[in-house]
Amino acid sequence: MTRALNWIFPHPLLTVMLAVVWIMLQNEFSAGMAVFGVILGIIITKITAIWWPERPGGMRVGKMLAYMLIVIWDILVANIQVAWIVLTKPNSKLRPAWIVVPLDLRQPEAITLLAGTITLTPGTVSADLSDEGHSLLVHVLHTEDPDADRDGIKERYESRLKEIFA
Amino acid sequence: MTFEVIGTYAVGLCLLIGGAFALIGTIGLLKFNDSMTRLHAPTKVGTIGVGAILLASVINSFVSGEGSMHELLIMAFLFVTAPISANFIAKVNIHKRACDTPPSPPRDDTWSTLAVPEADRSLADQNAKV
Repeated sequence: MTRALNWIFPHPLLTVMLAVVWIMLQNEFSAGMAVFGVILGIIITKITAIWWPERPGGMRVGKMLAYMLIVIWDILVANIQVAWIVLTKPNSKLRPAWIVVPLDLRQPEAITLLAGTITLTPGTVSADLSDEGHSLLVHVLHTEDPDADRDGIKERYESRLKEIFA
Repeated sequence: MTFEVIGTYAVGLCLLIGGAFALIGTIGLLKFNDSMTRLHAPTKVGTIGVGAILLASVINSFVSGEGSMHELLIMAFLFVTAPISANFIAKVNIHKRACDTPPSPPRDDTWSTLAVPEADRSLADQNAKV
């Protein structure tokens, strides 16, 4: 039974997500559309399963929601800070810097989320991973103290992601 | 104050905020003078600028009585794809040495963009000279 289920749904979460996206694209809910969304979800996951053989590990949904709220708040605050820098700081006083963040996270999904978060919060862009994936290269627009920024990223985002994907 | 009036003011406010941040992002793009700092301006437009304008669209659709959820999808796809394009622009900058070369990582050999396979090394040296 579980093998049959695994064969039909190689990625159950992705199936659900594709169905939800399809229903939202229709912009109105009807039973026919929901069924068609699920069918699409099954076909697409089935076709792409060859390139994505393993399921990502579980995460804690409650902590993930809290993390998303924190990130949205940080985006708002950082936007205003960067807008202030853009409007008031002359180029000669700008101090951009590279920051190297050593990673404790090992799961690819967690590292991707961390890199995405860093890029979405204005003022920092994640630029590269080291060749074995043990550190993340981040570019900051303006910083007085690169070490404090690095510790801030580790404390605020990475420690939370570690709990989410524990 | 009816629901419509408050809604209309909310839509106007969101449009103003979105427009202002898009404008500031564009000013940043023009003002900064190297390719890595310029990269920071569009991330702002992509988050608050587009976010506020989409929020205005959602509120407007509910005020006019036909709720719309397309905007949430736009925002979700934008938030998923924006970091990837920024990451690729940054990688091109590092690869073409258009910015300061980053400090080497503490535990591994080098950054993945700078890691050139043994067989291609002479080619890479030639390109660096040109």
